Amino acid sequence: MISSNLSAIFYLVSGILFILALRGLSSPDTSRQGNYFGIAGMIIAIVVTFLSIGNFSTSLVYVIIFLVIGGSIGAFIAFRIPMTAMPELVAGFHSLVGLAAVFVAIAAFLNPDAFNLGLVGEIKLASLIEMSIGAAVGAITFSGSIIAFLKLRGIMSGSPITFSGQHLLNLILGIGIFVLIFYLCKTQAANIFWAVIMISFLVGVLLIIPIGGADMPVVISMLNSYSGWAAAGIGFTLENTALIITGALVGSSGAILSYIMCKAMNRSFVSVILGGFGADSSKDDTKDKKDQKPVKSGNAEDAAFLMKNASSVIIVPGYGMAVAQAQHALREMVDKLKKNDIKVTYAIHPVAGRMPGHMNVLLAEANVPYDEVFELEDINNDFANSDVAFVIGANDVTNPVAKTDPKSPIFGMPVLDVEKCKSVLFVKRSLSPGYAGIDNELFYKDNTLMLFADAKKMTEDIVKNLD
Amino acid sequence: MEIDPFIFRLSIFILSIFIGYYVVWSVTPSLHTPLMSVTNAISSVIIVGAIIAALAGYSENVFNSSSIFGYIAIVLAAVNIFGGFLVTQRMLQMYKKKKDKKK
Repeated sequence: MISSNLSAIFYLVSGILFILALRGLSSPDTSRQGNYFGIAGMIIAIVVTFLSIGNFSTSLVYVIIFLVIGGSIGAFIAFRIPMTAMPELVAGFHSLVGLAAVFVAIAAFLNPDAFNLGLVGEIKLASLIEMSIGAAVGAITFSGSIIAFLKLRGIMSGSPITFSGQHLLNLILGIGIFVLIFYLCKTQAANIFWAVIMISFLVGVLLIIPIGGADMPVVISMLNSYSGWAAAGIGFTLENTALIITGALVGSSGAILSYIMCKAMNRSFVSVILGGFGADSSKDDTKDKKDQKPVKSGNAEDAAFLMKNASSVIIVPGYGMAVAQAQHALREMVDKLKKNDIKVTYAIHPVAGRMPGHMNVLLAEANVPYDEVFELEDINNDFANSDVAFVIGANDVTNPVAKTDPKSPIFGMPVLDVEKCKSVLFVKRSLSPGYAGIDNELFYKDNTLMLFADAKKMTEDIVKNLD
Repeated sequence: MEIDPFIFRLSIFILSIFIGYYVVWSVTPSLHTPLMSVTNAISSVIIVGAIIAALAGYSENVFNSSSIFGYIAIVLAAVNIFGGFLVTQRMLQMYKKKKDKKK
């Protein structure tokens, strides 16, 4: 058994290691080391907890058994998950943090003595508020992440679910939670505590169902942030520095990512949360207007010819590449091009894919060196000097309408200036609009050649034609 | 008058938000996915609370209403800790420079 002062110092050390873990991610070179810092911080926190409780009875055996069970499940998932499924994996993991926070709060409420928070029915006021907030935010994180998971997994439709009075209902439920917490503090009644948790579960569901598939990068980041605030709330209850520091780090990390994603879509955070964007994307856009405009379409042979004669090619990947699992075929294509001394780079829009950095991971998986991959602001000027832009699975992020048409819903969103390339190859299954539900002007430009096919199939065919 | 310990914890919390703010802005955008998975892993340090709930309960009864929640939370958090760190490691392993592969 170690003194609580000593254990507090160790918790501080583990908090610092967590900061270093995030710091490591500032460059891929230091990132692996950062991850080890994170693991070390976690081991210190867990060991110190065992030592400070000093209970080495049969309970400890059970704790270790449960730890091993959970750990094996986690390890199994981590090794088996395909990289294309990262968004739903992260959403799933967020839900677990949320639920764990709820359970810890419940345990603390049922047995406050074990946490030094007072006795049942006489829990310290501050602790009671902290644990209710931790439980409420945890519950919202849990049910919200479950919905996000279902949407990303495709089990639930990605289109927004809205009904009249939705925001009013959320508002009432939100106020209801605060009122209940107030009464909980007055009465310490267990029923009110359960009600807070149940309503929070409901709020989590209601918050995420109106948000459409295109806004998923924001949702995931937002839930990331919530899971942090939930952890911090529990950290205050347990008076644990490691948990408070971590909660604050994760909370602000998720908030920053949400901000970056919103900015990349030129949308306000509030409008994303209120949802409804991307509704009925396919309905009214199948109007006759696109039949009137001529579209040039080509095949793999044309594409191969164009690229062979180019001296520089920029690849613009998007979610479609992930869906078609085309990243490996793409890499093969790029290798062939490089053999012909063609300069190839990759341009990534911040919201390409379903979560921040999604495309980078997929390209890394396909062994694309990260120094060939550029972010929007670093590469946007290069389009004008390049011969071919190869757009694979991206759509809205290349739409010039965002720069030209103030009436367009995506007006003002930073887009990749693909149309400035000498020629644009656009791999797409059909002319259907993207998630934002807007027709892409790029399809009808003179220098655009549409390649109608599955992204993977088309890329493989181009590879064959490059020989 | 003595300062309530809560204020100290609040100070740590606020300062950590600032640290998080600056540290996260310096994270390169290409590593945003690993950032999410690693923040997910470290937020599972909530397992500390789960262990307290499981171990510090009534000593005469290994499984009581409070410790059961603790045990479940241990499983949930452990899934996250192992899953989160390992999947991050797996991802980071894939980030390579041009030089590395061209021998």
